[in-house]
Amino acid sequence: MWRYFTPALVFVALGGLFAYALVRIENGYDPRAIASPLIGKPAPAFVLPTVADPSRRFDSSALAGRPYVVNVWGTWCPSCREEHAALLVLARTAGVPIIGIDWRDEDALAQRYLADLGNPYTQVVADTEGRTAIDWGVYGAPETFLVGADGKIIEKYAGAMTEAVWAEKFQPHLAGGVTR
Amino acid sequence: MKIATRGLCLLVGLWATCASAIDTEAAFPDPALQARYEHLTGELRCLVCQNQSIADSNASLAGDLRREVKEMIARGQSDADIKAFLTARYGDFVLYDPPLTARTVLLWAAPGLLVLLAVGAAVRVIVKRSRAPLDEDPEDPA
Repeated sequence: MWRYFTPALVFVALGGLFAYALVRIENGYDPRAIASPLIGKPAPAFVLPTVADPSRRFDSSALAGRPYVVNVWGTWCPSCREEHAALLVLARTAGVPIIGIDWRDEDALAQRYLADLGNPYTQVVADTEGRTAIDWGVYGAPETFLVGADGKIIEKYAGAMTEAVWAEKFQPHLAGGVTR
Repeated sequence: MKIATRGLCLLVGLWATCASAIDTEAAFPDPALQARYEHLTGELRCLVCQNQSIADSNASLAGDLRREVKEMIARGQSDADIKAFLTARYGDFVLYDPPLTARTVLLWAAPGLLVLLAVGAAVRVIVKRSRAPLDEDPEDPA
């Protein structure tokens, strides 16, 4: 009896497991996403040349005291292009400055990209060597971080930002404290 | 025969150079440091491909992480320092040899549990078969 029943049971159990995983992925679960150990920790400081004028440097300490968003992107990254429209909307509606870190890119390409598609960033800095990206634990572009007024990372999202993701994951942290 | 062996050696040698060409960083002059570098990059996970070490991956992030490891070794930092630097940024996921914690206890216990399961099943089958009557054997001349 068990000889026939056991394989069927194993088959149903495995099938159920696979179906469960597929449904979760369908509903937005990303099995490749890595929980960042940086959440709750002070945002890594950086001093990097700006994309608009590489002779000028931007120091992240200028951001202290109020919340801000850090968006890691590159002109080579298709999902960054995909999220660009959402970033443009958020730049107007979110009420927090968005700092762009242009990761492993060329200034000329980034300048043209922002001129063509619009610039959602209050500052865009060039991380040509990828060192700042490593400090922020970035493993793929785009990644978006929310930093609180206390300078600590509150939230991170890996993947193309959308208005829905913003409303669900980022906006609740800002409710109350921030006025436009 | 000799020619075939030599040809095979040549092929294997050529294949080995391809395999190592992913890492374009210059080797350490000190072989001990180079060995540490190769060992470390072999047990750090590439976060992009996730099933390759940073020594094996040609992702640009893996290249940046190799450079970081190389520079830290050159500055005289220990393996523990380097692992701490990376886990502070990427979490334990970056280690192919993760520490034993409440979250990884199943991961560490799984091989033992599977061996127990297999031994248990084998014992059951053996006991069952040894109790079966001998004359079921078709090879039995009697």
